[in-house]
Amino acid sequence: MSSSLSKRLFAGLAAASLGLAVTACGGGSDEATNATCDDDGNCTVTVGILHSLTGTMAISEKTLVDTEKMAIAEINAAGGVEVDGKNYTIETIVEDGASTWPTFAEKSKKLIDQDKVPVVFGGWTSASRKEMLPVYESKNAFLFYPIQYEGQECSNNIFYTGATPNQQSEPATKFMYEKSPAAGKDFFLVGSDYVFPRTSNTITKAQVEQLGGKVVGEDYLPLGNTEVAPIIAKIKKALPDGGVIINTLNGDQNVAFFKQIQDAGITPANGYYVMSYSIAEEEISTIGSEFLEGHYGAWNYMMSIDTPASKKFAADFKATYGADRMVADPQESAYNMVYLWKAAVEKANSFEDDKVREALIGIEFDAPQGPVKVMPNHHLSQTVRIGQITKDGQFAILEETDGPVSPQAWNQIHPDSTGYACDWTDSSKGGKYKL
Amino acid sequence: MQLLFESLFNGVAIGSVLLMAALGLAIVFGLMGVINLAHGELIMLGAYTTYVVQLIFKLPALQPLYNCYVLVAIPLAFVVSGVVGILLERTVIRRLYGSPLETLLATWGVSLILQQFVRSVPMAYAAGLILALVSGFGLPLLLPSGWFAGARARLIRLGSWAFSAFLGVCLAGGLASQIDRIARADARNVDVTAPQWMRGGLEMADMTFPVPRLVIIVMTVMAVVGVSWFLNRSVWGMRIRAVTQNRSMSDCLGIPTETVDVLTFGIGSGLAGVAGVAVSLLGSVGPNVGGSYIVGCFMVVVLGGVGNLYGTVLASFAIGVLTDLIGAGRLLSVWPDMPAPLASAVEFFATTSMAQVMVFALIVVFLQFRPAGLFPQKGRMVEA
Repeated sequence: MSSSLSKRLFAGLAAASLGLAVTACGGGSDEATNATCDDDGNCTVTVGILHSLTGTMAISEKTLVDTEKMAIAEINAAGGVEVDGKNYTIETIVEDGASTWPTFAEKSKKLIDQDKVPVVFGGWTSASRKEMLPVYESKNAFLFYPIQYEGQECSNNIFYTGATPNQQSEPATKFMYEKSPAAGKDFFLVGSDYVFPRTSNTITKAQVEQLGGKVVGEDYLPLGNTEVAPIIAKIKKALPDGGVIINTLNGDQNVAFFKQIQDAGITPANGYYVMSYSIAEEEISTIGSEFLEGHYGAWNYMMSIDTPASKKFAADFKATYGADRMVADPQESAYNMVYLWKAAVEKANSFEDDKVREALIGIEFDAPQGPVKVMPNHHLSQTVRIGQITKDGQFAILEETDGPVSPQAWNQIHPDSTGYACDWTDSSKGGKYKL
Repeated sequence: MQLLFESLFNGVAIGSVLLMAALGLAIVFGLMGVINLAHGELIMLGAYTTYVVQLIFKLPALQPLYNCYVLVAIPLAFVVSGVVGILLERTVIRRLYGSPLETLLATWGVSLILQQFVRSVPMAYAAGLILALVSGFGLPLLLPSGWFAGARARLIRLGSWAFSAFLGVCLAGGLASQIDRIARADARNVDVTAPQWMRGGLEMADMTFPVPRLVIIVMTVMAVVGVSWFLNRSVWGMRIRAVTQNRSMSDCLGIPTETVDVLTFGIGSGLAGVAGVAVSLLGSVGPNVGGSYIVGCFMVVVLGGVGNLYGTVLASFAIGVLTDLIGAGRLLSVWPDMPAPLASAVEFFATTSMAQVMVFALIVVFLQFRPAGLFPQKGRMVEA
């Protein structure tokens, strides 16, 4: 008796909450954006920028704010965004994620509900993106995320302009196994203990096996720990005659690692080559190129790319923020996403995020790294480059793919996701469908 | 044999970093009972001192002496952290003796302030400020005490502070104009590069001994010997021990307990500064560097037995050897054909993360049986 009553009560509650959710959703998407024109015909639209301005991530994320603002200033100087024959000047609201992941969700809600921004450019760590994702999906809002990451995600409400593993770690592993001076030797994997290194290394292990090589060990350093002596002992035991070390350590753990492996004789001269996925030009300058010379990195954009577009990007950034500043891959991704958004708004002839997101797919842009194109899985096709670190703190580019590589949101080597893909242009496919 | 030796060396290397970092805390927390959560930030200040000294020695005039900069950095780091520690004791901790929880909160606040300080104040100005403080406090001690007897005392004090401020401004201005990198606030991590003779490894009997690790081991041995000599053989050391054992009785016997407090805290903080020099040789120097050592420091002091220097020494080497033994999977190489279930368990814990978990678990178990650590305090002080 009581059980059937509670069942009915539950069903009623569930129906009520579903109804609420539906109305809330509908209400959300009907809201106009904050694009307005005053009586003199001056039109503005305000976009959201959400990065950590304080806390441990601030050092990295502030460079993205700088780059995004520079892209916006360039667009404004060239006449702004044109919708319905009117030129809108882009303004920004910058919010601080404060390096605490729940704050990213909270500030996202504020930007969407209160400021009614048509788009948010934001995030760096995967942890912050994972916090933001449910907010953007439930409010049917629009986020651009600029960082190279572990993949295994494909949201209808997020566009990812950084590399997926098949655009960074896979070509890098292949290069190390086939063409590096340590070709054919064994691999050792070192990373910080969180989601990106563990996912990335799962892929690397499977890939090395496919290539016919051997991963002889892996270890993860807890975040904040800089005691690498046991790891060095393990590397020397596992790779007595040199080999490849794949490094996914984070931030200042890299400094301790590279300083100490050099002292322990794990150097390119002795046949040990480290391929790092989180070391760009900015990090090279803080670690010191004397510790990194001869080791490798893989990115879509490198400051040393010798094209007019790349040189102009670096020169403009230095002219705006000071001659000692650098540009690196994450900044280039951040720069691209602002221009991609502008192109999509003009193609859709509207600021409404549903229409803009639909219009984005297929858009091409001449980025500093070369041409990029937005694919149906909300990631970009990009060129992949392998570089060797030089004495002056830059990458000497050794290899680059002929043209852009298509992104795989669901990795085809990772055992959890082989055979799956993502396509938002086809409503029957969506975020994860079987190929 | 080689394996044993290598393992032992690694254990001692890890342990000596821990010990160096914890030695100051063993004095501050062990002898004075002050829970100083800003200890990590005093280590950080020592590391930043090394960084600034390194840049100064890169100036053309001092270039020939560059190889010796670490030897200059060690006493300077001791003074810098010591002075900041004394300032901390005089302004904050002195008012909170006997209330450990308030001390804990207050020193945590100070640690946040110090972190933000190095983020937003250019190192050149920080160096000037510290010089002004050192000279401001130190000058009156050097001047004849007769000068402070009469009516002119206040004037002389004022004069000495004005002179100190002038010195500080000179240093700050000089550094800022000479070295670009420390003329602006920089929140990024900076790197300290050891001079050439302190880099690389020493090849011996098929093994490589990283030179920075050897230097740290030597530094640690010297620090421990120095501290134990000071505490056990010198007059002030005796006074410190007397105050630790019975404060009111020492007071009655004419020991200046306040001076003893300042001295003890200053030495403990200064040792943290020396530890800063050591850690800067291994990793990067940044505002958060203290945070990665503070937990280890408390762990070592508690495990060793609060108030016992030798306990701290033993505890840090025990943790070092254990970390290496578990983390590097040495048991498997010693006993390659152990039963399969045991082997897979050993393998499971043979990662840095899991080794840390294991070490902490072992410490928890150990403290269940010996709550007061390896060498518990005995005698009437326990009841006090």
